[in-house]
Amino acid sequence: MGLVEFIEGPAFWFALAVFVAGALWRFVGIIRIGHKPDLAPPKGSAGWGWIRGNLRHFFPRGLFAERTWMHVLGGYAFHLGLFAVMFFAAPHVDFIRERLIGVGWPALPRWGFIIAAEIAFAGLIVLWVRRFSDPVMRLISDWDDHVGSWLTFLVMLTGCLALERAHVSLRALHMGLVELWLIYFPFSRLMHAFTFMLSRGATGASYGRKGMTL
Amino acid sequence: MSETADTVIRTMLDQTDGDIAAYLEACVHCGECAEACHFYLATQDPKYTPTYKLMPLVKAYKRHKAPLRSVKGMLGLLPAEVSEEELREWESLVYDSCTMCGRCTLVCPMGLDIAGTIRKMREGYSAAGIVPDGLRTARENVVKTGSPMGVTAKALKAQIARQEKETGLEIPLDKQGAEYLALFSSMEVMGYPEVIGAYARIFARAGIDWTISTEAYEATNIGVQIGDGPLARKLVARIVDAARKLGVRHVISPECGHAYGAIRWAGPNMLGETFPFEVIHIIELLDRLRAEGRLEIGEKDARRITLHDPCQIVRRGGLLKEPRRLLDDACADFVEMKGSGVTNLCCGGGGGVSANPRAEELKTQAFSCKKAQLDAIDGLKAVVVPCANCRGVFEDGLDALGGDYEVIGLSELVADTLKD
Ligand code: SF4
Ligand code: SF4
Repeated sequence: MGLVEFIEGPAFWFALAVFVAGALWRFVGIIRIGHKPDLAPPKGSAGWGWIRGNLRHFFPRGLFAERTWMHVLGGYAFHLGLFAVMFFAAPHVDFIRERLIGVGWPALPRWGFIIAAEIAFAGLIVLWVRRFSDPVMRLISDWDDHVGSWLTFLVMLTGCLALERAHVSLRALHMGLVELWLIYFPFSRLMHAFTFMLSRGATGASYGRKGMTL
Repeated sequence: MSETADTVIRTMLDQTDGDIAAYLEACVHCGECAEACHFYLATQDPKYTPTYKLMPLVKAYKRHKAPLRSVKGMLGLLPAEVSEEELREWESLVYDSCTMCGRCTLVCPMGLDIAGTIRKMREGYSAAGIVPDGLRTARENVVKTGSPMGVTAKALKAQIARQEKETGLEIPLDKQGAEYLALFSSMEVMGYPEVIGAYARIFARAGIDWTISTEAYEATNIGVQIGDGPLARKLVARIVDAARKLGVRHVISPECGHAYGAIRWAGPNMLGETFPFEVIHIIELLDRLRAEGRLEIGEKDARRITLHDPCQIVRRGGLLKEPRRLLDDACADFVEMKGSGVTNLCCGGGGGVSANPRAEELKTQAFSCKKAQLDAIDGLKAVVVPCANCRGVFEDGLDALGGDYEVIGLSELVADTLKD
């Protein structure tokens, strides 16, 4: 088996297995820590609060956005762009259909991919520059933040380079980086893609019990 | 690891339930929270970034409690053990620069409850005896007299006698079988005793059968502010025992945000039981009486008046509309501050900060944000501050920074505008 076959075959399945098992382990592990039942008589529903908390924090509050608009725009651009290229780039849709689940969905046209990728890059760069230049961000950032950003950037970059699917080595490079990213994911802050639900939900449930609509 | 560090870390981690774990796991280090914290806004010092205040707990959690820590440990990816030196360095961030106001939660894309997490950290610090001097003194006062300001039952009775004289109304003490038991904060009893008179006037008008207990009159829970769990439980238990003994059906929390949170939301969980009485905030009760038509307002206060939303009553307590309905009735020219309601700015002195002399200067700096909000309202004459602690912070802050606004309590305003 050549290197390319290895990267596109066993290495991918191994990375995917680490990703799924690690992310599940961590996610369930947090839930399993558990918490005591709340005995204070509620004024509203914790369940609705959980859902509302999760939805509400997708949107910034106007008052704060006045101060943080740059970051908010960067955050939206990066996440929406990344979501679009991750799940709607034609090679990804094909890959998911052929190698993973057997079903696919309409993919972005080439121009759509390019716009989405540009938006994602622009957002990532804004967030990145801020991480280096803002005194608050410099103080609170650690190596995990930087490794996560670099890995994601390289995955995106090689993905664009491999878009033509003609150059096998470029595609393999992209796949290799994706595998690294998948393996790194459950052990890192990239897990926020799943843990956000728990954190927003916990706050939302507590507010919900107090009868607050946020 | 030193014994002190071990105690802090062990207690903090014991307090870390699934919700706190989710917060510690989900932070993406985006720094948004700094923009919501009055300590950062006033000083622009990055160390006041809310998530940064949690760092020792984050490190300890990752090392000792987080899922997948053993795999990370094998790869050498765990953070170093938190040292006593580091914990002591963080003490002022944990006690002086967090009023547990919860504003940062609103801006945080992950919805982290920093305030609740800081409270868990304080439990650890308190267990190891690392507590600022001002709060230590308040704790000693509570142990001796039951009140953080050392207000004894004798002092309370003297204040009540004065209010009886002023209002010409009897204020029932230890009345068996009364329907409502009213609690106060030390600050109200000693600093704003007219609140007691205001209750007497309102309750007489509304026909409320109430009493004050000489065994449990203090609602402030210094145990919650310091993070001293056993003391917090003891203080809640004292109120519950007195309420049971008198057979009341409702306990009225005073205009004090932390007291409300402690008895209404945290209290039952501390004692492990649902109380056999309703805990109702005085603002909730006044609003209920208003809705029932039992508070007839006479001449409205004509001054331009605004409202400060105490964090623990509004953002963390859920009482948003109630004070506004009361003010609409009582004031002819009520105006909102910018960002009022759930996104209000803290006064800068909650969460035990105002009882901590070391934090005095920082507290005043933080109050400057609040003062800017007041100054932005044209022709403002007075600000209603329905929390005795915030009220003290406002008075000190306006004293230090200048500002000619009268600071009034909500119950007094309602009592003053009742129809003759
Ligand atoms: S709870 Fe309030 S004081 Fe504490 S860090 Fe958050 S915004 Fe700052
Ligand atoms: S806003 Fe929330 S996610 Fe961002 S750094 Fe602060 S606590 Fe962490």
